[in-house]
Amino acid sequence: MEVIAFYTFAIAIIASFLIVVTSKNVLYSMSALASGMVLISGLFFLLNAEFLGVVQIIVYTGAVIALYAFAMIFFDSAKDVKESRRSRAIFLLSTFSSILLVLLMTIPMSSDAVSALYPMHQDVGNAQDVGMVLFTKYLIPFEVAAVMLLVAMVGGIVMAGKKMDRYLGNDKEEISK
Amino acid sequence: MITLEDYIVLATLLFMIGLYGVIVRTNLLMLFFATEIMLNSVNIALVAISNYYEDLTGQMFAFFIIAIAASEVAIGLGLLILWYKRHGNIDLNTLKSMKG
Amino acid sequence: MELFLYTALFAPLAGSLFAGIFGASPKNIITGLVTSSLIFLSFVSSLFLFVHLYNGGEIVHVEMMDWIMAGDLSVPFGFVVDNVSSTMMLVVTLVSTVVHIYSMGYMEHDKGFNRFFSYLSAFVFSMMVLVMSDNFLGLFIGWEGVGLCSWLLIGFWYHKESATWAANEAFIMNRIADLGMLIGIFLIYWNFGSLQYDEVFSQVAETDTTILTWIGIFLFIGAMGKSAQFPLHTWLADAMEGPTPVSALIHAATMVTAGVYLVIRANELYSLIPEVGYFIASLGAFVAFFAATMALVNRDIKRVIAYSTLSQLGYMFVAGGLGAYWIALFHLATHAFFKALLFLGAGNVMHAMDDELNIMKMGGMRKVMGWTAILMIVASLALAGIYPFAGFFSKDKILEVAFDSNHYILWGVLWVTAGLTAFYSFRVVMLVFFGKERYKDFGFHPHEAHKFMLWAMSPLAVLAIIAGFFEHQFYNFVTGVLPHYNFSEEIHHVVGQLILVTTGIALTGIGIAVFSNMYREGVFSTVLQNNFIYRFLDNQWYIPKIYDEVFAKPYIELSTLLWNRVDVKIVDATVDGIAKFLHTTGEKTRGMQSGNLSHMLRWVVAGFTLLLVLAVVYTYYSI
Repeated sequence: MEVIAFYTFAIAIIASFLIVVTSKNVLYSMSALASGMVLISGLFFLLNAEFLGVVQIIVYTGAVIALYAFAMIFFDSAKDVKESRRSRAIFLLSTFSSILLVLLMTIPMSSDAVSALYPMHQDVGNAQDVGMVLFTKYLIPFEVAAVMLLVAMVGGIVMAGKKMDRYLGNDKEEISK
Repeated sequence: MITLEDYIVLATLLFMIGLYGVIVRTNLLMLFFATEIMLNSVNIALVAISNYYEDLTGQMFAFFIIAIAASEVAIGLGLLILWYKRHGNIDLNTLKSMKG
Repeated sequence: MELFLYTALFAPLAGSLFAGIFGASPKNIITGLVTSSLIFLSFVSSLFLFVHLYNGGEIVHVEMMDWIMAGDLSVPFGFVVDNVSSTMMLVVTLVSTVVHIYSMGYMEHDKGFNRFFSYLSAFVFSMMVLVMSDNFLGLFIGWEGVGLCSWLLIGFWYHKESATWAANEAFIMNRIADLGMLIGIFLIYWNFGSLQYDEVFSQVAETDTTILTWIGIFLFIGAMGKSAQFPLHTWLADAMEGPTPVSALIHAATMVTAGVYLVIRANELYSLIPEVGYFIASLGAFVAFFAATMALVNRDIKRVIAYSTLSQLGYMFVAGGLGAYWIALFHLATHAFFKALLFLGAGNVMHAMDDELNIMKMGGMRKVMGWTAILMIVASLALAGIYPFAGFFSKDKILEVAFDSNHYILWGVLWVTAGLTAFYSFRVVMLVFFGKERYKDFGFHPHEAHKFMLWAMSPLAVLAIIAGFFEHQFYNFVTGVLPHYNFSEEIHHVVGQLILVTTGIALTGIGIAVFSNMYREGVFSTVLQNNFIYRFLDNQWYIPKIYDEVFAKPYIELSTLLWNRVDVKIVDATVDGIAKFLHTTGEKTRGMQSGNLSHMLRWVVAGFTLLLVLAVVYTYYSI
């Protein structure tokens, strides 16, 4: 059961993300991204991280993708994105570095000397567990993250909302090119 | 049985896809998408490790990464809109003012 | 007594620093006054110390502070005032005081007035360190300090190329000798484990003679450089490029006698190695003769006196080498007085003649510079060794020592030299002060020096006349530290004849000089000037030429070779290669900085991959 679920999710995620990076149309790739995010939350449920799974759906699919969608209003989204160069070297480079990354991540795992810093509790649910740790051990990072989000929100509003109705460019040649 | 390694390999594959997108795409919006993919791949790895070692630290980090991703999108999109309003496009190749 | 010691030592330093503050500013008479009075203070302190010791007081020995403490090596900043060093201090500070006061007049129109006094006082300080130190290393510091000041002062008129050249020559010659001295000091530490005079000399008696011989030789090499003994003598004559007060202080009375002082100070060492002592004496006698012959024909008033200094240093080394240390010290003191006087007199003449040095252009100047003439004649008489002047007593003693120790050849050489000395010193006097007034032909208008300069010189003149009479007191005083020299019984019978013979040849020399100049113009006729011997002497025995051929030219060739082969082809090529490599790398990689963000991203990924490779390799090897 778990195996089937994992492979289904994995293949689906890879497929949708491949569409994201290869599609010429922004709308397609954004839709694929949204589907990939939802599918990742499925993986989180599979990994007994229900809280994060929910957060993933809410934040990514609900907030991030919605933001992108709103941003798309400003851009000329119907137009195809310009074809970019696809060089073999670049593909090899990313493959190679990813393999190295796998190696690096698995090497410490091959040793059994890893011990849990904040072990999970079997008798309580994941959300409760996460909440306990988050509001005790990680309280200050949590607060900082909250402030950061606030700052980002204000920043985003100020930058995007400033003089929305006006063209801000200072050289006309730039556009004509 | 699915092992930790399987999740790691999946995460790495997704990371690779994201990296590929970062390198290849020149549309800034696409670049943001690729960045999201990379962040999510890392999240998968963290949550998987957290599950297999029964340690909540991984989930904590994934949580904060999501927070960071959200703020990044907010700021990034703001800047992107500003840029678009000035120059009329969001092609990375037009960003050449950083010439040394 | 310690207070006097520190005053004597540090007053010149204070003066030097004070004058140094105004080094770059225009002439300020205050610097001259302050430095002179501080030197005078030093002189007074030295006098107190001298009187204290003379009345049988304790030797003053202080350790100011620790200096070098490394492992077994412990060298404190220690100073000792015993009979020898207090004599030296007295001589040094007395001559320095006179020279400082004199310089205020001599340098009155010079732009570097303040600088000059700063250097001069620094020299006195270094000299005091040299003579007062209680260990070899302190002596060496003073030794180098006087070398440095000598360099600064010879090259004082640095805009003159000849002056800078002479300064460098003196400096380099001395460095060559200092290497020998350093090796000597290393050997001392190696064998005795200490550098303190008293500790070293208490052990010399039990030490192997071979080692002592080597130490003696190396220390003497140092002394040879400082005292300008053959073959390192050439710098002294060239050093006359410096201002004349400098020549009087450094190159006649004090610094050049440091070598003699070293031999005297290390007498306990040298008396155990008579072979080296004999070598020193032989070399001294040779230099005495050699320098005197060069002085015979030179036409430069200062060079004649410089050669005469060289010759007199030779005398001192004869005495020192033969074990008559107190006589060497005695001659050192008397020589300091009359030679400084002679130089200062020459300075007056030069000043009057607008820095003209050629004695052939002078003559008959006694009419305008009567007092200078008298002072110069007094000094020349002392130099020639005529009774009752100071030189008579000390020089005759040296001749007696040579005769007494059965070194008749040495005695003969010195005896002839005494005649030559008398001749050349009066040749100068005659050519400058008597005869036809040739200076008029060259359009000079000489004038007498300032009164205060003459007064400043007067103590030296008085001492040049009377110092000899204190021979016995001096003997009793310094032999408190230095060994006695025991004359044999026979010498008492012949001492009368010896004095007669020596005085005879000195008078003969004077006579020849006086009469040949009185009745003929110029010392040597043209026929004589083309004579081989004359040219040989005029060219300083061709020694500068030989040095040029043997050392300088091969060195230049070697340098050229190394320049062409090693420097250009290896060193420069390496440096250029690095520069070219960097330049090419820059040219090749400047494409990276296109300003295109997507290119930059790719480079970021490439760098990231490289780091991953390194991390993997590192992890692999560390597991």
